[in-house]
Amino acid sequence: MTPDRFRGTDTYVATDELTLAVNAAVTLGRPLLIKGEPGTGKTQLAQEVANALGRRLYEWHVKSTTKAQQGLYEYDAVSRLRDSQLGDERVRDVANYIVKGMLWRAFESEEQSVLLIDEIDKADIEFPNDLLRELDRMEFYVYETRELVRARHRPIVIITSNNEKELPDAFLRRCFFHYIRFPDAQTMASIVDVHHPGLKNSLLKEALEAFYRIRDVPGLKKKPSTSELLDWIKLLVAEDVPPEALRTDDQKGSIPPLYGALLKNEQDVHLFEQLVFLHRRAQRNS
Amino acid sequence: MLIRFFHMLREAGIPVSITEFLALLEALEARVITLSVDDFYFLSRTVLVKDERFYDRFDRVFAAHFKGLEELFEMLVAELPEEWLRRASELFLSEEEKARIEALGGWDALMETLRKRLEEQQGRHQGGSKWIGTGGTSPFGAYGYNPEGVRIGQDRSRHRRAVKVWDRREFANLDDSVELGTRNIKLALRRLRRFARQGAADQFDLAGTIDHTARNAGILDIRMVPERHNAVKVLLFLDVGGSMDDHVRICEELFSATRSEFKHLEHFYFHNFVYESVWKDNRRRHAERIPTLEVMRTYGPDYKLVFVGDATMSPYEILQPGGSIEHWNEEPGAAWLGRLLASYPRHVWLNPEPTDRWDWTPSVKLTRELVDDRMYPLTLKGLDEAMRALS
Repeated sequence: MTPDRFRGTDTYVATDELTLAVNAAVTLGRPLLIKGEPGTGKTQLAQEVANALGRRLYEWHVKSTTKAQQGLYEYDAVSRLRDSQLGDERVRDVANYIVKGMLWRAFESEEQSVLLIDEIDKADIEFPNDLLRELDRMEFYVYETRELVRARHRPIVIITSNNEKELPDAFLRRCFFHYIRFPDAQTMASIVDVHHPGLKNSLLKEALEAFYRIRDVPGLKKKPSTSELLDWIKLLVAEDVPPEALRTDDQKGSIPPLYGALLKNEQDVHLFEQLVFLHRRAQRNS
Repeated sequence: MLIRFFHMLREAGIPVSITEFLALLEALEARVITLSVDDFYFLSRTVLVKDERFYDRFDRVFAAHFKGLEELFEMLVAELPEEWLRRASELFLSEEEKARIEALGGWDALMETLRKRLEEQQGRHQGGSKWIGTGGTSPFGAYGYNPEGVRIGQDRSRHRRAVKVWDRREFANLDDSVELGTRNIKLALRRLRRFARQGAADQFDLAGTIDHTARNAGILDIRMVPERHNAVKVLLFLDVGGSMDDHVRICEELFSATRSEFKHLEHFYFHNFVYESVWKDNRRRHAERIPTLEVMRTYGPDYKLVFVGDATMSPYEILQPGGSIEHWNEEPGAAWLGRLLASYPRHVWLNPEPTDRWDWTPSVKLTRELVDDRMYPLTLKGLDEAMRALS
């Protein structure tokens, strides 16, 4: 039997507030809008909810050119035109040229499914408004075949946003909202534990300390995120770096080894090097 | 009651609608949460607040609304006061009922029944469980009690922990009081859009295909065209520093909105008024200056010119050579403005100062005359009018 409540999974650490938000959205059949710093596992969440509840996942990745209509269906007029030229029999039925979108496929799923609308803020500013009725009533009309598509089971809709554009109020009113906060050190330790079980305790401690030290550096253009920390730890383990190498009071190591996994642009690396240099000079003089 | 909480949220400027409020009640009815203030806090935040900017404000309202209820909680949680029940029943029960109580097995049994009742009731009314205090009604109303909101067996430590969640106010720095969001600005800027086709032909051209197929005696000839892009070109001149400090936020909003709306956007900074040079980076404003003449040479007359500034300064800064407060200018600012306006026939000046203050400052009047009255306030309406004037 599959559970009807989400509690986080073996591979995903969900805070109490996040599980509550997911369960509220699932129970009431509202879309759940997820925001948060990049790399805090927004997209991952849909995958994990689908796994945990044993549902099928439909992913709709939104790009700047994506139109709302593409999530419902597309009418492939060009191939119908071509088929008509070739005298193909298929051409008589317009339904042959209706290409179903992710929303449609989630709607007609035999059992309740999970639908991920990823990075909704990437699309045009009017995009969310075009999906209001579809997400509210979970139905839409196909003009070409004059049929009304209605969801057999209201899918669990999870929407992620990176805050690049503000979303319209009418859309927000229909969603539940959760902002994934950056995990505190304790949660972070359990996240790392989930991804790298059996990590040497000392290494984990040093790595987390180094990581939060980097995040606290003022003026970084892009702060390292959870997913970057996980990558970095993977590298540290693969390279078999000893925990001692991560301490900044170590005189020879100026910045943490394999920092490339954490700092993603050269300004940040420069800034960090400068700070470490100043710090060391201050130490030497004292 | 919850309704008071709802109104408090609205008063605090959190945009909560009735639909969202009803959704919260629905969620409570559907028993999404178990009985804990902690969960209630997270649930109500998930349902009612749609922007992390408002998290901090929500925390404050929540704390204010549920403060003081804690002690009440503790009291109710501790024990249902036996004396209370006894006295209440003496007040309200008739002789017959008292007899029935005896039949039920006396006080102890009655207390047990009552307690069970309360427990049942709380299940059905879990939404109300926190509002005993504000309601002010005795928990023992008609036939002893009005059980709305009464909760028994609350885990105390859990409750205290929960309070900390909102009292911590972890979202303090995400709050800002944006009234006129970038979204509104973007919508106003849309008026300026001029679409043109450039780049790779990757879109199906229906009209062209029909035309060419017909010319081709019915043999299909598919035509493609490039996608349409916004081809408007904008030069943005922003006043920085001094009196503009009060308007930094709105200017930042305008700037970020224009940045994402226009592909061809060039911005320059000036201080108080335009002279022979401007700059692009405020940190290196003294080192990296761009001659205004170079700007005029580089960007053609098809660019639209937008000034953003409060035009509040001494009139000398506009009219006199050497009037600038920062350097010695050979020519008056008015001459430079005139050159810019002549190079870019489509121009507006956006002024963040409220319109009714314009007449009080001579330099604003002067600037307004220089830009042929094309000065608009930096409000949505003003922006809309400005975009109309530009297009």
